[in-house]
Amino acid sequence: MTGTVAIGPSETKVSAAPLAANKAVPRPRVNGRVVVMTLYLLFLMLPIYWLVNMSLKTNTEITSGLTLWPQEITFQNYVTIFTDASWYSGYINSLTYVLINTVLSISFALPAAYAFSRYRFLGDKHLFFWLLTNRMAPAAVFALPFFNLYSAIGLFDTPWAVALAHCLFNVPLAVWILEGFMSGVPREIDETAAIDGYSFPRFFIKIFMPLIASGIGVAAFFCFMFSWVELLLARTLTSVNAKPIAATMTRTVSAAGMDWGLLAAAGVLTIVPGALVIWFVRNYIAKGFALGRV
Amino acid sequence: MTKTLNNKAWLFVLPVFGIVAFSAILPLMTVVNYSVQDTFGNNQFFWNGVGWFQDLLDPSTQLGERFFDALWRTLLFSAIILMIEVPLGIAVALAMPREGWGVAFCLVLMALPLLIPWNVVGTIWQVFARSDIGLLGWAVNRLGIDYNYTGDPLDAWVTIIIMDVWHWTSLVALLCYAGLKSIPDAYFQAARIDGASRWAVFRTIQLPKMRRVLLIAVLLRFMDSFMIYTEPFVLTGGGPGNATTFLSIDLVKLALGQFDLGKAAAMSLVYNLIIIAICWVFYTIMTNADAQRGRVQE
Repeated sequence: MTGTVAIGPSETKVSAAPLAANKAVPRPRVNGRVVVMTLYLLFLMLPIYWLVNMSLKTNTEITSGLTLWPQEITFQNYVTIFTDASWYSGYINSLTYVLINTVLSISFALPAAYAFSRYRFLGDKHLFFWLLTNRMAPAAVFALPFFNLYSAIGLFDTPWAVALAHCLFNVPLAVWILEGFMSGVPREIDETAAIDGYSFPRFFIKIFMPLIASGIGVAAFFCFMFSWVELLLARTLTSVNAKPIAATMTRTVSAAGMDWGLLAAAGVLTIVPGALVIWFVRNYIAKGFALGRV
Repeated sequence: MTKTLNNKAWLFVLPVFGIVAFSAILPLMTVVNYSVQDTFGNNQFFWNGVGWFQDLLDPSTQLGERFFDALWRTLLFSAIILMIEVPLGIAVALAMPREGWGVAFCLVLMALPLLIPWNVVGTIWQVFARSDIGLLGWAVNRLGIDYNYTGDPLDAWVTIIIMDVWHWTSLVALLCYAGLKSIPDAYFQAARIDGASRWAVFRTIQLPKMRRVLLIAVLLRFMDSFMIYTEPFVLTGGGPGNATTFLSIDLVKLALGQFDLGKAAAMSLVYNLIIIAICWVFYTIMTNADAQRGRVQE
């Protein structure tokens, strides 16, 4: 047996060789898909390349003329951000409220998504629609009332204010995504677990949550994403102590003119957390963007 | 899958209801309160009834004209970016590599713009499109086209649209890609045996399979473009003049800039009602599509 298997491939190799040689004759054939993809990725990367390029230049080089790469690379802009507390605390503030928000959203959304995926109850469709409208509500409408509300309850200028405010659109989104993933798990599993004597909380944590682990990951990813990129509410609800990095960036405008290099370096550093998170969820990204509903 | 009727499920939903109501209903009540009052500062408020709403919905008044201008501008913007992003997103999804390391590579690069804070997106394009220090602005001017997004309304619009295409097309593409990946290979084999053309495969297999995700994509893109604020605010600040003052920008100007709380609140409510109405249309289409799909599967 092993003998024939060993001979098989070598035979095909021999016979395939002349064919391959024939095919190697240059025949210019443009692959449309590769062209589209390459052009699109080029379009996406160009502005980012320009930002990175600028962050490594000195301000004199930026303003004196256009150069496609830094003539003398400087890391001074990055050093400034990592050593100046008013700069790096912006990143810490942002990450703090993003993480609080993600944990809050997921833990609130899990039981609700289960209810929506498994049961009919009074007003369920209306409730789901109402939740959805909050995902769509313009942040501009809520900026001022949120300012009043969080000032009144003494949470203004804390990460909690921003984290709670972002729940407005992240909790509905998390419910929506988790409901999609949970509906993909057959009900028989719930019933079997109940027959086997699992109490509901034990079933939910020990059996059900591992089954939808990828869904939880995707929902967390989206909560992270939308909380990280939002600025209007984050800026309105903070002043000094909890100021997000995105708001700190406006500091680069000064009497001496724009500090372009520093602005670019700060911009590059806001891209890094997102890039890291994408890397971790890359295998679930496609399904995740379809909100678990393909 | 039929669901059982169980009103105790409300207990599971209650926390979500509580937290969303806290951040949605409470603030909205403040808005309703403001919308029927007028203020001359000093925290003194006067009953104004439906006055603001009458002004707002009557294009002949100053407030009404401003509102409708911003509304048409926003609708035009949403329509344009949908017309560009949806076909482009489908094309990119079809161009995705089928397997190998290229898949993860393309996915990660494509998702990158989606995770950049919105004001940084504005900043990136503000710099990129400048004619003195930006690659794009410099190159376009070198080609002999007079391009200046801070001075010319058309250039400002083009820049904002390209920025939004850059920012969000990947969302449409990723959704479509997810839809395409769920199509079993047997469908394509059957099409090959039948000798179907590339176009026929797209029309009869791929497009119908993408219908559902496309609906989500259009819903998300429409809603998010309809409430766009940060990116154009950073890029153009609503200018030149009022050329790119979309509804959200106008609203924030009115509320936090001029502190015209009554007018701003009335505008917020109308804005919100428009959103809810459009959202309802999409939701109905989506649940109907689901119901149909359920019937087919049974």
